[in-house]
Amino acid sequence: MSNRLPLLRRLLANKMTLTFALLALVIMLFVFVPLAKTIFSSSPATLFDTLLDGQVRGAIWLSIYTALLATLVGTVFGVPLAYILARFDFPGKRTIEGLIDVPIVIPHTAAGIALLFVFGRNFFAGKAFNLIGINFVDSVAGIVIAMLFVSIPFLIDSAKEGFKAVDVRLEKVSRTLGASPWQTFFRVTLPLAWRSILAGNIMMWARGISEFGAVMILAYHPMVASILVADRFEAYGLDYARPAAALLILVCLIIFIGLRAFTYRGAKA
Amino acid sequence: MIEIKGLSVDLGDFLLKDITFEVKQGEYYIILGPTGAGKTVLLESIAGLYPVKKGEIWLNGKEITNLEPEKRGIGVVYQDYVLFPHLSVKENIAFGLRLRGQPREEIEATIGWLVELLNISHLLERKPDTLSGGESQKVALARALSVKPKVLLLDEPLSALDPETREDIQHELRRIHERLNMTVIQVTHDFEEAVALGNRIAVIGEGRIMQVGTSEQIFRQPNSEFVARFAMSRNIFSGEVHDGDEECAVIDVGDMQIAVASELRGKFHASIRPEDILISTEPLKSSARNCLHGAISRVDNRGATFLLTVTVPPDFICLVTRRSFEEMELGEGKEVYLTFKASAVHVF
Repeated sequence: MSNRLPLLRRLLANKMTLTFALLALVIMLFVFVPLAKTIFSSSPATLFDTLLDGQVRGAIWLSIYTALLATLVGTVFGVPLAYILARFDFPGKRTIEGLIDVPIVIPHTAAGIALLFVFGRNFFAGKAFNLIGINFVDSVAGIVIAMLFVSIPFLIDSAKEGFKAVDVRLEKVSRTLGASPWQTFFRVTLPLAWRSILAGNIMMWARGISEFGAVMILAYHPMVASILVADRFEAYGLDYARPAAALLILVCLIIFIGLRAFTYRGAKA
Repeated sequence: MIEIKGLSVDLGDFLLKDITFEVKQGEYYIILGPTGAGKTVLLESIAGLYPVKKGEIWLNGKEITNLEPEKRGIGVVYQDYVLFPHLSVKENIAFGLRLRGQPREEIEATIGWLVELLNISHLLERKPDTLSGGESQKVALARALSVKPKVLLLDEPLSALDPETREDIQHELRRIHERLNMTVIQVTHDFEEAVALGNRIAVIGEGRIMQVGTSEQIFRQPNSEFVARFAMSRNIFSGEVHDGDEECAVIDVGDMQIAVASELRGKFHASIRPEDILISTEPLKSSARNCLHGAISRVDNRGATFLLTVTVPPDFICLVTRRSFEEMELGEGKEVYLTFKASAVHVF
């Protein structure tokens, strides 16, 4: 089948691809319509007014940078784990891989409760961090660990796949040419896996911004954007919450698309 | 000189055990064995890239068994090149030199010398994914040689190449070995390659070294069924190739001459696949250049086929089907004619 034919004609060519196309259309509309409707049902003037609302701006900015902090912490500790999982075989590896993905599958309110049990003021880690002046309840640090917990699997999984795709023998050749393990990692492995790591960073960061449940349990205040939207919806109803939601969607969309374009720039399909 | 003493390596499914051999300075040493014999792992453990279970590795009188690979000075070239895909050819070759923090001019000079040696100066700015197999292998060789290794390990360096390129790279390998007086250990499963390149050959199989010797010794006096099967699957002769009486070239093998189709002249090897030799009880009238007369000295029953050793002399290994074998009433001592084309003889 020639790829030069228009997509529509290729899809209409037989019943199987036609059926798939119709089913695909349903799911695409399901995702796109609510997004578009939220954005476009608020007039540009309302959106602009919302942007001037200091509380909204503050919440969106807080979401962006706490998610960024979570991603940075996640990169420092998660990328090494991803490398080890990609390069070594050991008993219990599958269990670790499974456990790492658990935050994706449990309700995030439950994740918040679990974190509270370790990082709350009366618990071990909470007490320890309290000694150096870090407190996790109703604080920026709380938001960060809530985001970190629920979004780290995305980074680890993506980075792991990236490292796996780098031929081990490239590292071996590097060593025989005189490179230490550190030099090999920074001159060979990382330059070849950075795309997957960055893609994981973006996924993790985006997942952090979108987090609600765990953040709500640990740190309702200061309010991140997702909580602000919920808060306004609860208190004042749909009309009041919608412009803030629209703005949040727009900001995320712009950053997300921009970063994706950067990551896949020059990459082969 | 590199010495391997009682080396054991765990390959998961099986063990390479008690591997002992030594390679002299400037020697071209071949490790010959079937696929899956653990040849690559053996090379990697010599280079320090695969953990050794037991035994010692000595290089120029110093034990290096537990030395990090970057401190050994042992270069590796893999079958499928393994060039750094994110770096240009030039950066690939410069990789090891830059790590040593050499001054720019020195690096340029070394690269210049290497690309001239391997005739790849036109490739310097290219990315690895735009290179042909032969070009890639030359770049991989240049990269390995750049840091002036004490020993060069080659893992099936010719196996991924098409026949023409293979001859070219084989020629390069021989030239590099001679010009640099480089100590080379190469693993291969190809007997002809081993004969063409190796000063000495170690045959590896069943997790251990079966026999070490010159190609002649391995071929003429195999010490086991395994080595015999591996080495005798082909007819390999060595001799002087020169212009014959007619337009065809000939190779002198003992007292007789075999017509060959080759441009090469000088001391070379010739091989003929057993299945390319026709066996008959009367002389055949055909266009084939070679028709020899001899007697069957040995018969190996292989089920559907028979492997015959025919003494002309020298001995030829020939393959016949069971049906032909029975129709011609062949057997030990029976006199037969061997017919094969000059073009069926591979000179290398």
